[in-house]
Amino acid sequence: MKTFKLGGVHPEENKLSAGAAIEILPVPGQVSIPVSQSLGAPSKVVVEKGASIRAGQLLAKGTAFISSNVHSSVSGKVLRIDEVTDTSGYKRPAVVIEVNGDDWEEGIDRSPEIVPEIRLSREEIIQKINEMGIVGLGGATFPSHVKLMVPEGMKAEHLLINGVECEPYLTSDHRLMLERGREILIGITILMKGLNVNKAWIGIERNKPDAISQMDNLCKEFPGIQVIPLHVKYPQGGEKQLIRAVLGREVPSGKLPIEVGCVVNNVGTALAVYEAVQKNKPLVDRVVTITGKSLKKPSNLLVRIGTPVSNLIDFAGGLPDDTGKVINGGPMMGKALSSIEVPVTKGTSGIVIIPEKESRRVPVIHCIRCARCITACPMGLEPVLLAQLSENQMFEEAEKERILDCMECGSCHFTCPAGRPLLDYLRLGKNKVGVIIRNRGKK
Amino acid sequence: MNETLVYAVISLSAIGVISAIILYFVAQKFKVIEDPRIDIVADLLPSANCGGCGLAGCRAFAEEVVRTEDLSKINCPVSGNEAMKQIAAAMGLEAQEKDPLIAVVRCSGNRTNAPQKVVYDSAAACSFAHALSAGESGCPNGCLGLGDCVVSCKFDAIWIDELTGLAVVSDELCVACGTCVTACPRSIIELRLKGKKDRRIFVSCVNTERGGPARKNCQVACIGCGKCVKECPYDAITLENNLAYIDFAKCRLCRKCTPVCPTGSILETNFPVRREKSDETEKVSETSEA
Repeated sequence: MKTFKLGGVHPEENKLSAGAAIEILPVPGQVSIPVSQSLGAPSKVVVEKGASIRAGQLLAKGTAFISSNVHSSVSGKVLRIDEVTDTSGYKRPAVVIEVNGDDWEEGIDRSPEIVPEIRLSREEIIQKINEMGIVGLGGATFPSHVKLMVPEGMKAEHLLINGVECEPYLTSDHRLMLERGREILIGITILMKGLNVNKAWIGIERNKPDAISQMDNLCKEFPGIQVIPLHVKYPQGGEKQLIRAVLGREVPSGKLPIEVGCVVNNVGTALAVYEAVQKNKPLVDRVVTITGKSLKKPSNLLVRIGTPVSNLIDFAGGLPDDTGKVINGGPMMGKALSSIEVPVTKGTSGIVIIPEKESRRVPVIHCIRCARCITACPMGLEPVLLAQLSENQMFEEAEKERILDCMECGSCHFTCPAGRPLLDYLRLGKNKVGVIIRNRGKK
Repeated sequence: MNETLVYAVISLSAIGVISAIILYFVAQKFKVIEDPRIDIVADLLPSANCGGCGLAGCRAFAEEVVRTEDLSKINCPVSGNEAMKQIAAAMGLEAQEKDPLIAVVRCSGNRTNAPQKVVYDSAAACSFAHALSAGESGCPNGCLGLGDCVVSCKFDAIWIDELTGLAVVSDELCVACGTCVTACPRSIIELRLKGKKDRRIFVSCVNTERGGPARKNCQVACIGCGKCVKECPYDAITLENNLAYIDFAKCRLCRKCTPVCPTGSILETNFPVRREKSDETEKVSETSEA
């Protein structure tokens, strides 16, 4: 059984909602759709206050190459274009829409019928993915059309599909593979055509045997696509880890996967690509896992983008009394929410409710130099050193020590017996180093 | 045996003499000629190496004084006017009088005014908290109370009040070197005119949100209503980004803006208590912050 070599940890899996079929969350009364929902340049709002819009209509247009379109997930009236609190508590611009009915833009095929044959050419596929605002649904929200445009002088050889879902608790990709497998595979075929490759690999951890056999069976109909079962190890869903696990190739430090001829996409993204290309449907909803040990009904919900997180919690049986933290994303990489009124965005893969007892951090003591973080780091970094450099504001040295290679998986933080908030230090360091590099570019 | 001893003594002495001669010439060759005035000026400086002058330390300041021979551009905020006069006298120059400044913390969002909504439990430093979240009260501009300014201060002049969770500056100890101003990730601290009898008026808020959202997180936030701007007879107050700012160079401490502020975000320090019109008998006594 394959896996990646360097580092990695084994957190408790807690896949509580693995058996819960995907349910459709009712459309809320009001949504606030953040204007920028992808990595890269902020998008520009193209609607006005008071305008009545339909679901699927363009709200904000991507302004740069790395930037993406945002569409309305509901039909109704634009109440205001305002700033709403995001996960960190800071304000970000968003379009607030009062929902009125469920009226969709023309040309969007919402029937469950599966359309297998691909009619569009390679250029048209990329154009369509760009138009429909598809971004990586694994959590990093990198615009998908950018991944398909292979830079000059490089050649994509393999498409890797991430069905690993290595984060504890989260099950949305698992459920998608079980319930929408055929559509995902058509999506993968589209991506293969877009990339001009004839080999695709779906990496699935073996804690999802049902998904592995299901996808394996379906793959027989699709030439060139193969399922690779993988050992269970966090963070196997990281691009570079997945490439190492499936193909044995090592992505060089500071480089993108295309350097070794690979492009990695999530299964959720493959489904979104299918819907965009075959059904003309923009990315306006996604499957979100809402789970937690004391939650009444851990579920997988198909949620419209912009729905407040509180709606999801209510649907899953209400906020438990012993709630300590509500985490946006998985428990390893996710961030605690400062308010449950924040909207679901394209990057929200799950909402995890952690009881008070488990949410408390252990008291921080001095580093005991055990080097567990170094052993755990899947990127071969020295988290202890990077955290110290970041703590002492020595960002230039941190850059030399390759802090930007860190993918914030949190394995170091997870293993630290001294309870040191290594991930927080690294996140800040990465942030500051990024600013330093950008400023250098300006001069 | 005697011979060995004699040889040893002679050779050692010879080495000693030769080395001495070499050292003499090397010392002549690499002699550093330093202006003796640098030492004189350096002796008059506080040797705190705080960097308040904008230079690397007190020695660098002394060198700069001797090099430029112009005291209008550089100033040691720590020594004050007296010491600057002495330096000027030693250098035979004219010292410029500078009004003393003081660091002012422009946030009043204490635990009652801006109640805690979430718990921050990561590294206890403002620079981290600022990068990770908006803060425990939800105000994206307010004082985080984790003490980056306290760590930066070399004069023990700033501390976090346990009760309010806000940074407090000592009138006596602060030398206005400005390290806390740069240490604060939210630019809450400002160097303002110290004022006669330590009397100052300032808008104790740096929140640039609109009135509603700002008030949601903090009772005493500046809501940008502009009443103080209209009230000010000296055009000292400007309103920008929903935030009023009092220019201390223009402010004449007339205290007209303070009572009109609907949220009480304008603070006056070390003024006597206002005489209530209805209650003339109330005694005028010294008070501190409003």
